[in-house]
Amino acid sequence: MVLINDVTLRDGMHALGHQYTVEQMVAIARKLDEAQIDLIEVSHGDGLNGNSFNYGFSRHTELEYLQAVRAELRHARLAALLLPGIGTIEELRWAREAGVETIRIATHCTEADISRQHIEAARGMGMDVVGFLMMAHMIPTRELVAQARLMESYGAHCVYVTDSAGALLMDEARERVSALREALSCEVGFHNHNNLGLGVANTVIAVEAGAHRVDASLAGMGAGAGNCALEVLVAVLHRMGAPIRAALYPLLDAADHLVRPIQRRPVQVDGNALMLGYAGVYSSFLLHTERAAAAHGVDPRDILVELGRRRMVGGQEDMIVDVALTLKASLEG
Amino acid sequence: MAEAGRVKVAILGSGNIGTDLLMKLLRSEALEVAVVAGIDPSSDGLARARGLGVATTAEGLAGLIASPVWPEVRVVFDATSARAHLAHAAALAAWPHVRVVDLTPAAVGPYAVPVANLGGLEGAKNVNLVTCGGQATIPIVWAVSQVAEVYWAEIVASISSRSAGPGTRANIDEFTQTTARGLEVVGGARRGKAIIVLNPAEPPLVMRDTVYTLSALADAAAVEASIRRVVAEVASYVPGYRLAQPPVFEVFDEAPLTIPGYGAFRGLKTSVFLEVEGAGDYLPRYAGNLDIMTSAAVRVGEEVARWC
Repeated sequence: MVLINDVTLRDGMHALGHQYTVEQMVAIARKLDEAQIDLIEVSHGDGLNGNSFNYGFSRHTELEYLQAVRAELRHARLAALLLPGIGTIEELRWAREAGVETIRIATHCTEADISRQHIEAARGMGMDVVGFLMMAHMIPTRELVAQARLMESYGAHCVYVTDSAGALLMDEARERVSALREALSCEVGFHNHNNLGLGVANTVIAVEAGAHRVDASLAGMGAGAGNCALEVLVAVLHRMGAPIRAALYPLLDAADHLVRPIQRRPVQVDGNALMLGYAGVYSSFLLHTERAAAAHGVDPRDILVELGRRRMVGGQEDMIVDVALTLKASLEG
Repeated sequence: MAEAGRVKVAILGSGNIGTDLLMKLLRSEALEVAVVAGIDPSSDGLARARGLGVATTAEGLAGLIASPVWPEVRVVFDATSARAHLAHAAALAAWPHVRVVDLTPAAVGPYAVPVANLGGLEGAKNVNLVTCGGQATIPIVWAVSQVAEVYWAEIVASISSRSAGPGTRANIDEFTQTTARGLEVVGGARRGKAIIVLNPAEPPLVMRDTVYTLSALADAAAVEASIRRVVAEVASYVPGYRLAQPPVFEVFDEAPLTIPGYGAFRGLKTSVFLEVEGAGDYLPRYAGNLDIMTSAAVRVGEEVARWC
């Protein structure tokens, strides 16, 4: 059985500037649960405790969102994301009490060792624990394997290849998932973004390569050009005869009637979103970059290319304005 | 090299921080390093100290206390680890003539941040330097606090992966929580939040810190002047500390800013972009995060020595 982890209510927060209402979340969660989705992730887009000037403030507290969604779930497990350096074990504790059963601990792909205290703490609380190696396109496969082994050694039940920039080519995605499958005895997962139009394709490749868990979101609702579109993935996996629980119709209903109507900026492969994948930039930089470009009168594509050149990693949203100001100064220079 | 008037100090810890601190203390006109204590006789730090003519011991705090110069030592800098410092602080409490400058995250004593609060600490037996991110950003929050009440202070510290040691990596929560408390207790913010990001880029990136404050509505020019004064003061003991960009202001006037779980605020948002380049004494220049700790330690140590 391949487990499907929905991220509409977590990665999708980025696409909405973290402004879901509780009612919207509840309605979406109900449909996902009806469709027998295995895991539903709810958190600030940047993980628990992400509320900040740097990443944006959500409309409600994370606890309000988690409790409201938890009350709707009959089938799905409630998951949350935590980035060490942003969230702490304190948030992990109250999330656990609020009914979160799966915690996904995310680090940049070279920094797995900062996840140790959180993975161990979550194991100690009896949680299902996932290690999430972000920006996995930035390092060669053998280095990614070494980092994945660290997360497994700390106690992760599953380690993800996380293509945060939507930059992995098809062979690169296959190579990484296959290598983790071969090297680890725990489960392997795959998360990506559609910036190069490979959202569904690379996720199908991950399933073919033996991934135990894959992420997707309704109508692709997520950062940048969005994630692998959940309803499309499920349709393809059905056609392939892949072993999944999910039913298709409730997902089509939810994508068409609950998610697309609330998108403020279409989640699609437009020029700026494509540039994320092309320049290898963290997908949630998109809206921040468009805001900074407008505020300081520079081309958003120039900002994205410069962020890629500086090799900025997830969480460095503050450098977007820094780059915009630097570009502006050089234009005025 | 004993000169009249220089206060004798000791360094506990002969790792990267202790050794960089030694090199900075050798330039101090107020302090004289009498002894460096490590626990590894073959460490590069102890070899370097011996090469510079400084007495050493590889027996840790016990060796320090047994050394012939101990009765003259007035200030001990602890550059070991939080766990070790708990034991050191307890042992050093038995020596009333010795004051302690703690560079670990143990925080046994009150936080000390030059520019912001040294004057208020006079007489403290043990002072703590918060964190590298705290030393870089608390002065800015304090600068805004001098002009307007700060409702929310948030900092993002980006450091190169190479400059994050095993201690930081094993307990990254300690960094975020301690720094956030420092923003409140010393910076004067009603609520503090800290974020740390490790970046593995090669060549390593110089430390960057971004500070966001939301304060009561105030004259942006007055806030900027206060910030620029403080940046100049910090730069007087950390020469590589500078504004990477002019401060950016945004007014929340008609539509308040809502922070979930906290409240709705009208006021002034100030964004300050800092760069901290190290002096390159023992540690590489990109490691501004380590340099600002050792530089602040010297500055705090000089102040503490005046209380002796």
